[in-house]
Amino acid sequence: MAAMAPGGASNSEIYKGNAGKLLLPTWLVIGFFLLIPVALMAIYSFLTKEFRGGVIWEFSLTAYDQFFLNRGLFGDEPPSIEWTYIGIFWRSIWQAGLATVLCLLIGFPTAWFIATRAPRDRTIWLLIVTVPYWVNLLIRTVSMKFLIRDEGPLNALLLSTGIIDAPLGLINTNLAVQLGLFYSYLPFMVLPVYAAVERYDFALSEAAADLYASRWTILRLVILPVVKPGIIAGCILVFVPSLGAFLAPDLLGGAKSFMIGSLIEEQFKGAAGNWPFGAAAAMILMTIVMIVLLVYARSQTREAKA
Amino acid sequence: MNKFLATSLIALTASAASAQELKLYNWFEYMPQELLDKFTAETGITVTMDTYDSNEALLASLKAGKLGAYDIAVPGDYMVKILGDEGMLGSFTPDEIPNHGNIEEQWLNVPFDEGRKSSVPYQWGSTSFAVNRDVFDGDINDTAIIFSPPEELAGKINVLDTSGETLTLASMHLAIPQCTSDRDQLKALNALVTEAKASWASFGSDVAKDVLTSGDAAAGMIWNGFSAKARNEGANIEYAYPKQGVIVWMDNLTLLKDAPNRDSALAFMNFMLEPENAAALTNFAQYSGGVKGMAEFLDPEVANSPENNPPEGTKTVFVEACPEEIQVMYDAIWTNLKK
Amino acid sequence: MKQLDLRRFPGFFAITLACVFVLYAPLMVVAVYSFNESTSITRWGGFSLSWYADVFTGPESPKFQRAALNSLIIAVLAGSGATLIATSAAVAMHRAGRFKAKTASFALINLPLMVPEVVTAVASLIFFTAIGFSGGIGTILLAHLAFCIPFAYLPIAARMQSISDSYEQAAMDLYATPKEAFRLILLPLMMPGIFSGFLLAFIISLDDFLITNFVKGAGVETLPTAIFGAVKQGIKPNIMAISTLMLGVSVVFVTLSWLIGRSGQKTQ
Repeated sequence: MAAMAPGGASNSEIYKGNAGKLLLPTWLVIGFFLLIPVALMAIYSFLTKEFRGGVIWEFSLTAYDQFFLNRGLFGDEPPSIEWTYIGIFWRSIWQAGLATVLCLLIGFPTAWFIATRAPRDRTIWLLIVTVPYWVNLLIRTVSMKFLIRDEGPLNALLLSTGIIDAPLGLINTNLAVQLGLFYSYLPFMVLPVYAAVERYDFALSEAAADLYASRWTILRLVILPVVKPGIIAGCILVFVPSLGAFLAPDLLGGAKSFMIGSLIEEQFKGAAGNWPFGAAAAMILMTIVMIVLLVYARSQTREAKA
Repeated sequence: MNKFLATSLIALTASAASAQELKLYNWFEYMPQELLDKFTAETGITVTMDTYDSNEALLASLKAGKLGAYDIAVPGDYMVKILGDEGMLGSFTPDEIPNHGNIEEQWLNVPFDEGRKSSVPYQWGSTSFAVNRDVFDGDINDTAIIFSPPEELAGKINVLDTSGETLTLASMHLAIPQCTSDRDQLKALNALVTEAKASWASFGSDVAKDVLTSGDAAAGMIWNGFSAKARNEGANIEYAYPKQGVIVWMDNLTLLKDAPNRDSALAFMNFMLEPENAAALTNFAQYSGGVKGMAEFLDPEVANSPENNPPEGTKTVFVEACPEEIQVMYDAIWTNLKK
Repeated sequence: MKQLDLRRFPGFFAITLACVFVLYAPLMVVAVYSFNESTSITRWGGFSLSWYADVFTGPESPKFQRAALNSLIIAVLAGSGATLIATSAAVAMHRAGRFKAKTASFALINLPLMVPEVVTAVASLIFFTAIGFSGGIGTILLAHLAFCIPFAYLPIAARMQSISDSYEQAAMDLYATPKEAFRLILLPLMMPGIFSGFLLAFIISLDDFLITNFVKGAGVETLPTAIFGAVKQGIKPNIMAISTLMLGVSVVFVTLSWLIGRSGQKTQ
């Protein structure tokens, strides 16, 4: 769902001068219920934590200090780099990245296959791929949990056919979280890639084939560069929500190792009750995502110019 | 004429009563719907119930703007103390609750609520752990089952997702006091749980029963009544009474500050202090009640369950509420553990 | 030389089948087990509709029905609100020429897509706590309204891009007022986009767990938060029945939006 650029084919001026009026509700609602809250969250990350939840309105860098610096269990050792939270972020980025690659490996061939069907069949295939996306994310995650648990149908099937002789022990592992993320966001990859492949001009492939390029060379040197925008859009749509995922680590990972989403959740809903720290972690997450999106936007404008 | 007046008065009070409500904030799976229905039928007060899964989650939620939204919460002993210290409790006098006298003697003058001015007993029980006997048939009455488990159980253990009980059980394993400020003891505690985590499969309180019945875990920290329920649902598990002791707790119907329906709250407390109702709750939750005269209504299976009848000489420990400067160190250990 | 079929890559069909299998296997397994007679969720005890009866009449049914009703109310209100706002925004972005803050407005509309959900959840919690607002489904509704806007906007804007303003110009040449031109010409043309936008926003609101869980008021549950609370204590057969019903509803919705989208293409 790459953002639709403004202007485009219909840069009409019928309502010229009315833009302010027409956009006022948008500014009010998103401004009030997203911009101001995020700004407030940014402020909270620089406040002092109140014991057991809440904040005291005093400026403090403690939240960021705690995130990046290790001062020992008792807070009086000389500071060194704190790897705990960087580690949590790194694991989340790694998990989200891996999910993105997996989605691409499965999603690209699927999108390609669908886009090369006859137009009538395409819609049917698209429908088949999108229906699961419309099913509640929670339901899908729970279904995955049910399927792969030690006493679940997957292990029962494999055990009864003798393929394995002990349960796979998938549940509550990082692999299970990975599977959950991949499963949750796979349709996000297929749709934008499909949109790009559908517009692909096969004359390019034919030209390459005339020059004796092999099938895979054409894929690598001709097709991939052309459909790249769709692939990048798909990657972002998988990567960003995976990065802040909460349900998959909580339900499939046994709430055992934090990912960014669960780390932040714990600060507000769990025992930690450290609001400024949770706000700081959320700020850092948002910064990472904004950097990814900015890089994407810049590459888009570069491509548009080229 | 008099008769007409009387009927209209009754009709008036009834219609006023039907508009009354009660906002209850309770642990999950801790209140049978039938009992709430009975309360509504008797008083005309409709009950809305939300649930939480740890004392700390309750505190966090009240801190996050929910104080003033609920009338009653059901915190454990140490959390009643913390909520009281934070100024988050309402109060009443015993004569506002006619059944106040039904509270058992031993639960009347409790350290967390001297003289019962903010809370009344709900259920009390113990926390230790249960082990699947199909998987492990050795001696289970040792906290080592959780903190340095035998090979059969390693990697198949669920622990409660609450720092209060989990770190207290770990302290008991190490035989160190709670709320200690001794550095070596805290370091040892940190080292113990960090190392033990490698043999834990998951953290979860609300899942504690399900992981045992579904076989996702072969051993798990659990509350005694919840363990009894898991056993009744077919899991071949045994509740342990470790030689280091078990944690004892009491959950209490507690009046919150700024309760929007204070009268409903007191009516509900009074209702739950009725022996028959307290027994119905106990039969459902399968812990023990703190109300006089319950015995005749109790399900013998619950009253005589192995989970409710610890062997003679079992050591018991209450979770303590630590002062802030010490609690932050326990919080640090917990966060460090869950990374 | 044998002519290469350039549309075909060996293995892609197999991967597609694998993809479809992966997408459906968990849902299908749950659907099958929802018809399981046995209370034990892992052993098969024969075909039965008892869990569906349980969903509608069982002891937990009032809770789930209330939650479903809340979800529906929130999704309808947030969906229609977001659709109205997005329609107005789309008209501005495509019919008001160039104006100051156009790029900023565009970024703002898409902001909810770019901010990770957990960040939105935390920010909303802090905001509502700070202003002391904790009213029933109100908090959920307001938070949903904001983040549904871009989802409603996407299909509407996509539709707008393909509507030339020559029809409206023609109408206005025939002395239609701008209001009439909008109501009689543009709005009907936009309708398929508006409808898809509403459906998308509606589903997104219905789907949300994280933000709802952070901001929901006392005594308020939506279907996802109620289900989450229930599955933490074990995946019971009644949850599977609910899941399967929701799968059915999704299939109906997608088919509906597809049919409407198709009729929209025809009228163009």
